[in-house]
Amino acid sequence: MEEPTIISITTFCTQYNVPETFIQSLREYDLLETVREGDMEYIRVTHLQRVEKMIRLHFELNINMEGLDVVNNLLQQVWQLQQENQELRDRLKLYE
Amino acid sequence: MRVVFAVVSNLSLTTPYMDYIDYYKILGLSKSATEKDIKNAYRKLARKYHPDLNPNDKEAERKFKEVNEANEVLSNPENRKKYDQYGKDWKHAEQFEKAKQNQQQQRQHRTYQGGGQSFNESDFSDFFASMFGSAGSRQGGQSVRFRGQDFHAELHLNLKDVYTTHKRTLTVNDKNIRITIPAGVANGQEIKIKGHGGPGINGGPGGDLYIKFLIENHPTFKRVKDDLYTTVDLNLYTALLGGDITIDTFDGKVKIKVKLETQNNTKVKLKGKGFPVYKKEGEFGDLYVTYQLKLPTALTEKEKELFAELAKLR
Repeated sequence: MEEPTIISITTFCTQYNVPETFIQSLREYDLLETVREGDMEYIRVTHLQRVEKMIRLHFELNINMEGLDVVNNLLQQVWQLQQENQELRDRLKLYE
Repeated sequence: MRVVFAVVSNLSLTTPYMDYIDYYKILGLSKSATEKDIKNAYRKLARKYHPDLNPNDKEAERKFKEVNEANEVLSNPENRKKYDQYGKDWKHAEQFEKAKQNQQQQRQHRTYQGGGQSFNESDFSDFFASMFGSAGSRQGGQSVRFRGQDFHAELHLNLKDVYTTHKRTLTVNDKNIRITIPAGVANGQEIKIKGHGGPGINGGPGGDLYIKFLIENHPTFKRVKDDLYTTVDLNLYTALLGGDITIDTFDGKVKIKVKLETQNNTKVKLKGKGFPVYKKEGEFGDLYVTYQLKLPTALTEKEKELFAELAKLR
């Protein structure tokens, strides 16, 4: 059986026990892109991990939507710097 | 009084021998801190060390656990009271009380070690089951279903290992997992093994296992992305007059034509003789060979004469 690629927001919110307004806010702040099919709205399965992270940051650390946006951007920068750092370290090995 | 356990049967349990943890110090508070102070200090530090905000930072992860534990103890009035009263042995407060009762009743079989009391294995297990039940974390507030914790592991490989696609069996939490390591995987690259992380919380799905590949240096070949770099010795005569040399590569021996009058440190590119490109079958980077000129030593008289003659010609 093929694995689903999308999950309905209602199912997601029930499963994760978070209000649907949270997902709406993420969408309004461009922190999450949802998929609409008919009357139903869905989250891509590939986005689940990111949404889970935002749930944790929002509910555990009380970070508001603006804060999540900043965190996302900074984490992206951290990731890019880590990649660059790794590449430079690999290059440095040439001289070891 | 210090309790001494005779048998420790479960590695996940802490013993009274562990170093004293000053939870107030961890949260940067004094003993007179109010509940609000504790809450504020915890939130501030949790925001600083939360694993989601510190990817791949083990030190932050360790500190986050400390901060969480400190909060677990100090934000719960009952736990805080025990901690303040018993200090480092706060988790064993009930045991102290039980031990006192036992001493009075003089019914238990016991031996004294130093100033303390030891328990036999069955007492220990039962005791801990009830102790950790009572001292467990609070589950109040919103019951969010989370995916289980993602596990992160590191796998050290040498460069030759990742030149070809191969399978490996890893043991993670007593489970054997057979994984395929694709050729050309990069140093520091992570792969995800779905569902092999921690179990879900409150009915959430299981976490994933992330394996990070750490590729060690090779004595002969250095890798930069998909290209390989190596240095080979070249004798004077081949460098001057040109000729063929054979070098070792990961793909077997390769013959190279050395040009006439090749200089020291000349670099040549062998197209497609580098490292396989990750998940692109049949594609390879290049191999860069640097010639290291080796001059002859221990010259014979005849050789010296001939070199002198050559020198005169210049």
